Amino acid sequence: MNCKFHFAAGASLALLAMALLSSSNRPVRAAEADTQSYASPLEVLLSPDGARLFVLCQQSGEVRVLNATSFAVVKKIAVGREPRGFSLSPDGARLYVTNSWDDTLSVIDTRTLTVSATWPVGAEPSSVVEDRAEKQLFVANRISNDVAVLDAHTGTEVKRLAGGRGASYLTLSQDGSRIYATHIYPNLPRVRTNLDNRTAPESEITVIDTARAVVVDRIPLHAIAGVFHLAFSSDGRLGVATEYHPKNLVPLAHLEHGGAFAYTLTIFGADVGKASVEIPLDELERYAARPFGVAIAPDKSRIYVSCGGSEIVTVINVPKLLQYAHAHPGFNAQDLSASSNYVVARIGVGHDPRGLTLSRDGTRLFVANRLEDTVSVIDTHSNRLASTITLDGPKTISVLRRGEQTFYTARYGFQGQISCASCHIDSTFDGITWDLEPDGFGRDIVDNKMLEDIKDTEPYKWNGGNPNIPTECGPRTEKYFWRSENYDNATLADLAVYVRSLPPRPNRFRQANGEQTPAQERGQAIFERTVDKFNKPITEYNRCSYCHSGPKGTNQKLFDVGTRRATDNSGLLKSPMLTNIALTTPYLHDGSAHSLEEIWTVFNPDDKHGRTNDLTKDELNDLIEYLRTR
Amino acid sequence: MKKLGVIAFLLVAGTAAFAAPPQAPGAQKSHTAQAASDPPQVALPRFRFENFTAANGLPNDHVYAVLVDGSRIWAGTDDGLGLYESGKWKVYTTKDGLAHRAVISLALDKRTGDVWAGTMGGLSRISGGHIDSFTQLNSGLSNDVVYGVSVEGENVWIATAAGACRLNLHTNQWSLYNERNTPMFEIWSYSVSATPTKVYYGIWGSGVLEYDQKTGKWDKYDDPDQETEMVLFKDQGLIHEIVTSVSYMEKDKVLWAATYFGDSRYDGRYWHNFLTKDSGLPSNFTNIVRGVDGKRAWFGTDKGLAYYDGVNWAVYRPSLKDGKPEMTVRDAAGTVTPISVTSAPAHNYILYIDFQGDDIWVATAKGLSHGIREKK
Repeated sequence: MNCKFHFAAGASLALLAMALLSSSNRPVRAAEADTQSYASPLEVLLSPDGARLFVLCQQSGEVRVLNATSFAVVKKIAVGREPRGFSLSPDGARLYVTNSWDDTLSVIDTRTLTVSATWPVGAEPSSVVEDRAEKQLFVANRISNDVAVLDAHTGTEVKRLAGGRGASYLTLSQDGSRIYATHIYPNLPRVRTNLDNRTAPESEITVIDTARAVVVDRIPLHAIAGVFHLAFSSDGRLGVATEYHPKNLVPLAHLEHGGAFAYTLTIFGADVGKASVEIPLDELERYAARPFGVAIAPDKSRIYVSCGGSEIVTVINVPKLLQYAHAHPGFNAQDLSASSNYVVARIGVGHDPRGLTLSRDGTRLFVANRLEDTVSVIDTHSNRLASTITLDGPKTISVLRRGEQTFYTARYGFQGQISCASCHIDSTFDGITWDLEPDGFGRDIVDNKMLEDIKDTEPYKWNGGNPNIPTECGPRTEKYFWRSENYDNATLADLAVYVRSLPPRPNRFRQANGEQTPAQERGQAIFERTVDKFNKPITEYNRCSYCHSGPKGTNQKLFDVGTRRATDNSGLLKSPMLTNIALTTPYLHDGSAHSLEEIWTVFNPDDKHGRTNDLTKDELNDLIEYLRTR
Repeated sequence: MKKLGVIAFLLVAGTAAFAAPPQAPGAQKSHTAQAASDPPQVALPRFRFENFTAANGLPNDHVYAVLVDGSRIWAGTDDGLGLYESGKWKVYTTKDGLAHRAVISLALDKRTGDVWAGTMGGLSRISGGHIDSFTQLNSGLSNDVVYGVSVEGENVWIATAAGACRLNLHTNQWSLYNERNTPMFEIWSYSVSATPTKVYYGIWGSGVLEYDQKTGKWDKYDDPDQETEMVLFKDQGLIHEIVTSVSYMEKDKVLWAATYFGDSRYDGRYWHNFLTKDSGLPSNFTNIVRGVDGKRAWFGTDKGLAYYDGVNWAVYRPSLKDGKPEMTVRDAAGTVTPISVTSAPAHNYILYIDFQGDDIWVATAKGLSHGIREKK
């Protein structure tokens, strides 16, 4: 440990102490100025001739082009904010980059290594593929939950196809006839039951006919929430998707009682049979937390999976995997002995490994270590780390970066089961309701909340039980979740600083000119009204604008809004903030409401959650249009 | 008193105007002018009807809507949504996420391949075999009774029992149209026909509403006779206020409108109305009209299926007398010729029509009918 680290750790400890003593958290806020500029490599690609390595850098907003042999930097190409996905055109002449916070697509000429065009696309574009005919581009839009189809020559959007919720990753099938789309948040239940907030999540792989650009199938993924990259074998007979399998129906705490997640693969295709099979990656004492990238060796002998939370690449023997799958059809997430049948190596890499790619001959595997500013190069013959490419990140690690590493690693969790990012995917949320505490099955069910912009909105938790972020992230997390290792004070301070630093993503429902639509204006008037439609005064605590006051839409106080269930220990709930509220379905403390509308059409019969029962349907729609701009 | 005087004048004038012409098209001539086996005087399409009922896989005999999707046929029934594909029926129910068992309207998003189903309990989207449903409780949908749905571009236009609405598929924003922001004084919307330039709504009791896509403004077409069932102003406006179906032919800029008291054609300047007494329409009680183009249209009535080619009429139905298959052709002179046929739609009460090339699919009160066009 170097001196700088000692100094930083000491400073963090002091900050934590002050933070815990002061409700204003000023010392921690001061530390937020401690920022460094990192590359944060998220994805990697090789040029068709294998001569160049393209590295997508999330934080620096650029594509770095490296010589794939010497790893020397050829060029740094600036793209948009928070680039999340990229892919090459079939002929390798163009590199497409999705800029998730700019809602644009950068087109890079791979000959000149310059951006030749920047096209507007949908909300939070996350990945892109071009069809083999080079006529159409497909872009997965995470916020609008769809896949946009663009004219590949002009970038003009032709149409959008309904994807899964949080549509994020696209893969072209080996023959190019299909595109497979995954999504990171579970779909809402299609059929309502009395157990609505007590159902396992359901996800899908959306299958698109490339030529017709229509959805032709949706492969169901039962009990899955969070599906990431997908890959096909070179013969097209085997498809593999990485995914999380949350165990949200049983009390989460403590992990030693059975775990919060299984991390699995769904495999499908002719090699597997008619039905897909869920394959666990975990083993007892050693989970494969947060699987993300996946690649299949050209000879179909191995599958490589990056596991961001475990900081490893898992290597799977394909023949043995298929042997297991044929003997164990269906779902195998709970079997912690299974992976010993087919996992042949776990190769340690850097912090938060994400995208990976194989050389054409399959001898080298490149892995982007997002929170280390490195790319690991693995010799696939020996399954050993051959070298590490550094991306010239800052020599010192900032408080924020250390906090982010702590947020994403699973090393603190019992058996390495979970990290903060297991539930807060990409530092957001997971769209799941959880049975968090060990107070019996089905008691105090809570919806997982978005983390963005939570700074200065204490107290935390739905019941307001945690006075500040250090308490939320520290004793609570350690007590209920980790059960194996506490954070030291410096680490906790780093984590708190990172969580407090999370900014809100751009709101897509506001107009570019800053003006409101007529519906939004009307909705704001309803939000702020003090008398109802019968000219009767609305009591202060029954106005939208009282509980949801201030720039973040919370007065940080507790109220009973009539949503208490028999299984809830208390009806008093902290008024949640409204930042980007449109994105965080489901709603209410227990996820009962599947839409903003249902908060009032279903769960507010007595006007306890604001005076709304005098509103017409038009007016309720207006109110929601306004809320979507918050 | 002055008003009564005006009405009296209109009655007299109207009677004088429309009773006079001795050659009025409605003056039907003998129904037995020719023997059934004689060739028709005009060439109108002939069909061999194959009928589907619950006995051969249809979810339910009461078929409210039918939609042709290439080689696939969707049938909205009283007990689920049927999909006929490769000779087999697959049935979607509320267990699959369908908003309600009774599916009363259907539309295809030709760009995405998604099917939209209006039900008695909300609006459902069937995409890649999965169903998502929108209701007045979980979304901005104005009402759960969805009588009509039409997809144009990125917008889904919906006709409900409590007004019209539009879902923008890009923004997920719902826009509601009713008595507060349109000239609609009744909000019971029965039908919608959306095109890139115009969107038409048929309103039960409030005529036809027209939305201009370019200006975003609404206009309205009413029966000049208002809510009376008299026809004082023949061909001077919509035939009746109770509009059950609209079908806009954008290329020809012609609107077809069906009501419970006759039907109308509007070319942007002139109206032409159709009544049983002066056309080949088998009944004024019309549930649906589907234009082929600005000149030709199909009508679904309570007394059979009718086709109008711009001059002549054909009616296809089980005979009202004995239930035997029947086809009649009525020419411009009003001469009605029976045509010998061996099949007819499953029932006379026709609720929905769609086309599959030269073939026709017809939803009836007792089964779904596939009219297979006979080449000769």
